[in-house]
Amino acid sequence: MDALNLNLCQLGPEIIFLALVILLFGAAMAKTPSVSGFLLNLCPLAAIASAVIAFVSMPGLVSNPSVQFFGAYSVDGLSQFFKILISLGYLVAWFNAVKMPTVKDEQRPDYFLFLTLSAFGLILLSSAAELVAVYLAMELASYSLYVLIPKRSHSKAAAEAGLKYILFGAAATALALYGLSLIIASQHVTFIGALATLDWSLATKPLAVVGLSLFLGGMFFKLALFPFHFWCPDVYQGSGNETAAYVATLPKLGAIVVLIRLATLLSPGLEMTDILAFLAAASITYGNLCALAQKDLKRMLGFSSVAHAGYILVGLVSGTPEGLAASAFYAMAYILMNLLCFWVICRISADGRNLTYKDLNGLSARSPLLALSLMAAAFSLVGLPPTVGFIGKLWLITAAWGHGYDWLVIVVCVNTAIAIFYYLSLVRHAYTEEDIPAKGAQTLALDRSFIATAGAALLGLLVVILGVLPGPVWSLVLRASQGLYPIN
Amino acid sequence: MVPPVDTLMDQTSYYPVLTVLTFFPVLAAIILAPIKSEIRVRQVTLIASILEVLLAIPLLGFKAETGFQFQELIPWAEGWGLNYAMGVDGISILMVWLSVLTLPFCVLCSWTYIGRRVKEFHVCLLLMTTACVGVFSALDLVLFYVFWEALLIPMYLMIAIWGGDEKRYASIKFFLYTLAGSTLLLVAIVALRISGGTFYIPELMVKGFSYTFQYWIFLAFFIAFAIKVPMFPFHTWLPAAHVQAPSAGSVILAAVLLKMGTYGFLRFSLPMCPLASVHFAPMMIAISVASIIYGGAIALGQNDIKKLIAYSSVAHMGFVTLGIFLFSPEGVKGAIFQMLNHGIITGALFMMIGAVYERSHSREISKNLGLGKYLPHFMLFWGLFGLASFGFPGTNGFVGEILVILAAFRESLGLGLAVIPGALLAAAYILKVTLKMAWGEPPSPEGKGWADLKKKEWAYLIIPAALVIYLGLAPTRVLGLITPSVEDTLAQFKAKNESVNVIYLTSPTGKPQGLFYERDLDAPAAPPVATRPATPASPEVK
Repeated sequence: MDALNLNLCQLGPEIIFLALVILLFGAAMAKTPSVSGFLLNLCPLAAIASAVIAFVSMPGLVSNPSVQFFGAYSVDGLSQFFKILISLGYLVAWFNAVKMPTVKDEQRPDYFLFLTLSAFGLILLSSAAELVAVYLAMELASYSLYVLIPKRSHSKAAAEAGLKYILFGAAATALALYGLSLIIASQHVTFIGALATLDWSLATKPLAVVGLSLFLGGMFFKLALFPFHFWCPDVYQGSGNETAAYVATLPKLGAIVVLIRLATLLSPGLEMTDILAFLAAASITYGNLCALAQKDLKRMLGFSSVAHAGYILVGLVSGTPEGLAASAFYAMAYILMNLLCFWVICRISADGRNLTYKDLNGLSARSPLLALSLMAAAFSLVGLPPTVGFIGKLWLITAAWGHGYDWLVIVVCVNTAIAIFYYLSLVRHAYTEEDIPAKGAQTLALDRSFIATAGAALLGLLVVILGVLPGPVWSLVLRASQGLYPIN
Repeated sequence: MVPPVDTLMDQTSYYPVLTVLTFFPVLAAIILAPIKSEIRVRQVTLIASILEVLLAIPLLGFKAETGFQFQELIPWAEGWGLNYAMGVDGISILMVWLSVLTLPFCVLCSWTYIGRRVKEFHVCLLLMTTACVGVFSALDLVLFYVFWEALLIPMYLMIAIWGGDEKRYASIKFFLYTLAGSTLLLVAIVALRISGGTFYIPELMVKGFSYTFQYWIFLAFFIAFAIKVPMFPFHTWLPAAHVQAPSAGSVILAAVLLKMGTYGFLRFSLPMCPLASVHFAPMMIAISVASIIYGGAIALGQNDIKKLIAYSSVAHMGFVTLGIFLFSPEGVKGAIFQMLNHGIITGALFMMIGAVYERSHSREISKNLGLGKYLPHFMLFWGLFGLASFGFPGTNGFVGEILVILAAFRESLGLGLAVIPGALLAAAYILKVTLKMAWGEPPSPEGKGWADLKKKEWAYLIIPAALVIYLGLAPTRVLGLITPSVEDTLAQFKAKNESVNVIYLTSPTGKPQGLFYERDLDAPAAPPVATRPATPASPEVK
């Protein structure tokens, strides 16, 4: 742990994204359309390369993780799993944003610069194994978002959303930093691996527990967990569809991977774990109840993500590798379903405006494939088989049952019955309502390009296939999270 | 019970019958995708449905023995003990047949009834068959749950897209009600996995669980299954769904979907929660009797034919649950037989209502008068199914009902007497509607011009009619198929109840441990709980 121990071969994704950031920075400065156009087309290739590198290196790193940068940076199975997800999510975000109607052409390189910078921060975050490194990586990912969110031309709502995100974000960051200082003061160490072996009960280490709570608060803000969720629906609604698609998915991954690492500190029965379980239950119930009342699709998805943040926490309270793996798996399920939902929304709203349920009317006739994909996403979000959402939820509750939080499992299951109503509305409008445009109003133009169809089909297939055959991914994730626990 | 190591192939046939039966409709649905012409879609689906029936032929080789047959087992997700396990025993074989046989009738009775979005309709129909066959042949709890929940989606779409005027209300109510019921089923499945150590149903069926654990599991099962059956206080979704659903939807709903609840009671509640089943039996019997009487009484007051038959379903399914919770061989056999009967009879009645609706465009009794004069063949079939519905001797309805009533009388005179008014009510409402439809004059002049049954309608009515008479006159073969499984289930049920009594009497610690911290019960250090005795139970339970 004392050595720099740099191994560039294992840092493929980081290097690729860093290079991309530098190149895009140059393009944004130079303002020559031909260069920036070329660079923009390079982004998806880079993302694919990064995902492939992470995937290829994952099996080796699962059994033999490497710790670099004086122990602050851990390249292991878990980090590679999340790097794959981040790279692929970035790819989808790129396809969403490349024809984004609400960004001016000359700002496009800027937009992608910040998008890439944020993804780079997340990639660093997924490997950060030391609290200060976590903090820095998290801020790198967030600062870029502060710029991205208001980038919706001539939109006051976007400006409001951006401001809200900055103010809330700054407060959460300050809290996290303060918590970090308390942890250092009390435990005298910041390496997560070392912290996991220490005592975390309120009776013996009150300061450390308070510090950890505050630090986790920062993560919960990124994850939009109740009661740190207030920015979430407003930001989704205010920002452009394409930006929302990114904000709703990838930054959550960053928060989740940190929470998974930090969850190794917790075991059932600790005060912190109780708080986590309580917040999970509150978040699930609150998110679902609020989502019931929404008419704007993105706002509904915002509250739905509050609920899903709670689901992900369910796996963390069990204190077992299975629980952590279930959370990681559900994180994958979550971004798949959300990317698919937002993909369909971006395709339907070709002029970039916000959609309501009514805009989905008659979708099954206008574009059967988009409707089918949306249905897969909706039922996956509810947790109905045979989708990845169901398998993910099954593993979450199986892992959580029998560790003293059985009531949480019941809350999760009962919430399915609440959630079904508003997710079903997506299907209902897409399939059963006829599309009768009001006089003078035009039906929304759909994006019917090959990419639109292929992307929806691919993501939809993934949602179903991973729900039917989850075995291989699951065993990888499980082995990755077993590696997080010190062997003793 | 150790699962067979052999994998997808069972030894008795040339292909994995149950898997093929389950997933062939999915394949057919994929084949449908590129077809444009509506008539082609109907033809292809019809051919596929007949192929599906032909593919089920190896199931005729089902032997009247205990245990599961046609077993298939391959690991599904290792590390969680998830298996893809299929198999049928005497309890489920009839339901698999029912699910498979229903499909061609549904295609036929929708031939002219469904006029728009034809392809989507048939895809829904095929996917529903997949889920139905899957539910009855799954031997893994998660697999069962997957099919159980997956069924909701096509059924919802069927009501919501092709339904009547209040389709929106009915479809959402159906979805919410049934989904809310099954949320706790998932909790029960997870709890069984943690406590019992496996998702594999045959293994869980022979395990013993503590009383408290069984108590909660039974309640979770009860909510899910009672809503699906539906039993008396949970039945309100059924009339709405039935009335709004298109004919084919009603047929599947009545013939197959409702059976899932009673099947669940037989497959899960009785073997896995024997003590709790005994504990709750008085409640279950009371609710069953209430369903019988209430369903019958409400049916008597209906003016809408479809609503009438829907409420009669509540009453008929009350007979089934009553038979199950009497825990006697006659009762359970009668219940299973009644499940089959109700599927055939009510399915046929719903097809006939669809047929008459196509002529009169109304489901009101008063708009469908004089059919005896103008549609004599139609009335002939209606009369036959009507008689079978209220258990007229010589029809299959009689056999099932009499077995259940016998068992009720054997339990106690009072219970037997309590059921009798239900049987009388059934005769009353069926005869009332039949009488009104047969006599009188059509309210509108065009009623006189209605054509009698077409060939297609003959085709889909003659087979259920033949089954009604065959099962009514010669029920022995079918009863013989189910007898060994029923008796084995009951023998184990009784053995578990008896052995636990002994333990309760001798155990110094008193009651077993509670729900939440239960662990592997076969381990030696386990708290005193019910375990199956080493010797097979004596056959004296008969």
